[in-house]
Amino acid sequence: MLKGKKVIAIGERDGVPGPVIAECLGGAGLEVIFQVTECFV
Amino acid sequence: MSETSKAVRVGIEGVFYSLTHVPDLVRYGSKPSREIRANPSLVEELSRKLRSFADATAYAPHQVFIGNMTPDELSRLPKPWYDNLLERALPKGAFGDVVEQESFYGLLSQADQFNLVSLCEPWFWDRMTKPGEAARLRLKSFAEVESLVRKGALPLYSGDKLVGAFEPGHTEDANLTAEVLLENLAAKVTAAHSLRALLDSLRLNPGEVDYVISCSEEAVGDRYNRGGGNLAKAIAEDVGCENASGSDTKAFCAGPLYAMIHGASLIQSGVCNRVAIVAGGSLAKLGMKFESHLKKGIPILEDVLGGFAVILGPAKAGEACLRLDSTAFHPVRAGGSPQAMAEFLAEKPLAKRGMKLIDVDRYAVELHNPEITVPSGSGDVPRTNYLTLAALAFMRGQIKKDQMEDFVRGRGMVGYAPTQGHIPSAIVYLGHALDALRNREIKNALFISKGSLFLGRMTQLSDGCSFLVERNED
Repeated sequence: MLKGKKVIAIGERDGVPGPVIAECLGGAGLEVIFQVTECFV
Repeated sequence: MSETSKAVRVGIEGVFYSLTHVPDLVRYGSKPSREIRANPSLVEELSRKLRSFADATAYAPHQVFIGNMTPDELSRLPKPWYDNLLERALPKGAFGDVVEQESFYGLLSQADQFNLVSLCEPWFWDRMTKPGEAARLRLKSFAEVESLVRKGALPLYSGDKLVGAFEPGHTEDANLTAEVLLENLAAKVTAAHSLRALLDSLRLNPGEVDYVISCSEEAVGDRYNRGGGNLAKAIAEDVGCENASGSDTKAFCAGPLYAMIHGASLIQSGVCNRVAIVAGGSLAKLGMKFESHLKKGIPILEDVLGGFAVILGPAKAGEACLRLDSTAFHPVRAGGSPQAMAEFLAEKPLAKRGMKLIDVDRYAVELHNPEITVPSGSGDVPRTNYLTLAALAFMRGQIKKDQMEDFVRGRGMVGYAPTQGHIPSAIVYLGHALDALRNREIKNALFISKGSLFLGRMTQLSDGCSFLVERNED
């Protein structure tokens, strides 16, 4: 259902980092157009 | 408990923390200044929710920060803490103080060697407490200060009153604008104040310090040397450490623990006998979460600049020490997940010493005050970190699943530091750790810090380091 969809992945320092989200979603056939890890403190 | 290599100890002689209450500089924090530029009417809305010095002093997390109350005592107080201010709270604590904005403006002016800061003369004379205070200051009439502001200087306010101006250091260099230099000078004076107070409390002469390491966050430099650094030496000079040199150690929020490790290594190697680790406050982070605080009717809680100073020296019997041999770094190969962080910064270095996660009495992690971060959706940072450590202890069979909450409560603590980046990053607990070791309430504490390297867009990596602090029983 999500295959081919474009994704923006925003990771969090104390949670799941951006590259990890991108890796998982990319592997599931989604197109990650931007990924970043943020720190909110 | 067995040890697999020889213990290497460096003495921790003392620590001092400062909180400088600067409500009228909140507007110059990175987030507020950007939002105010887009919507100038926000200044008034912001001003209505700023705290008085008395309220900032009576705020329980600040009393923990300066050593008048323990984190455990704070966790038993009714919330919200901003509505339950403490009675008879003092700005002087067991190992810290809260500094008023007016004193800060005076310190800023005294530390200025480049005619950047001007203060209104009538305002200054109304507040002068010591003869000779004006000797190094640039005092001007109100009209002259107004004129400087009209020409581009940054106005300095006390409430709604213009009381000074901060001029740029160069007409073209983006690294020497008034905004940048105010940040840098604020870091210098808040660090210097902490070091001066620490040396006083330890009855040490500034001349007895050999080396100063600053782990402040500011990038001091010009357009050819952005972030060139060595704020440490400027701080050493300001405090009168005439025999010292210094250098800066930077690693985002992990900077203070790296600085401690570097300082301890200088002592252990015999290069230095006494090293000061210092940091000033981060002006850019003032009011970082102000929008959600305004939206929820909460006072502006990010209205203080943090600062600290630690003195390291040779280890002494019976005194607190840093176990240099317990030092751990987060290697490039480790990956940035919270579990990888906990493995490399807690489990593996402890295992090297023959210790388990449950052999540590207290963990110091990033101790951000949840009352600041939760309303903005940033979560309870210390609790998240403690849960990761507890989960790892469960996975390794050291505790049962239903003991995780006890692990978090007993070996962790509630966050109490303002969101000043490097300041909350574990180092903020050192004062309480020294007290608890002295009183034999704990036998050790593991300090863990993390750095968000990816924010600088040079790598996707995270970072961190850790070390044990214990009582030297040799």
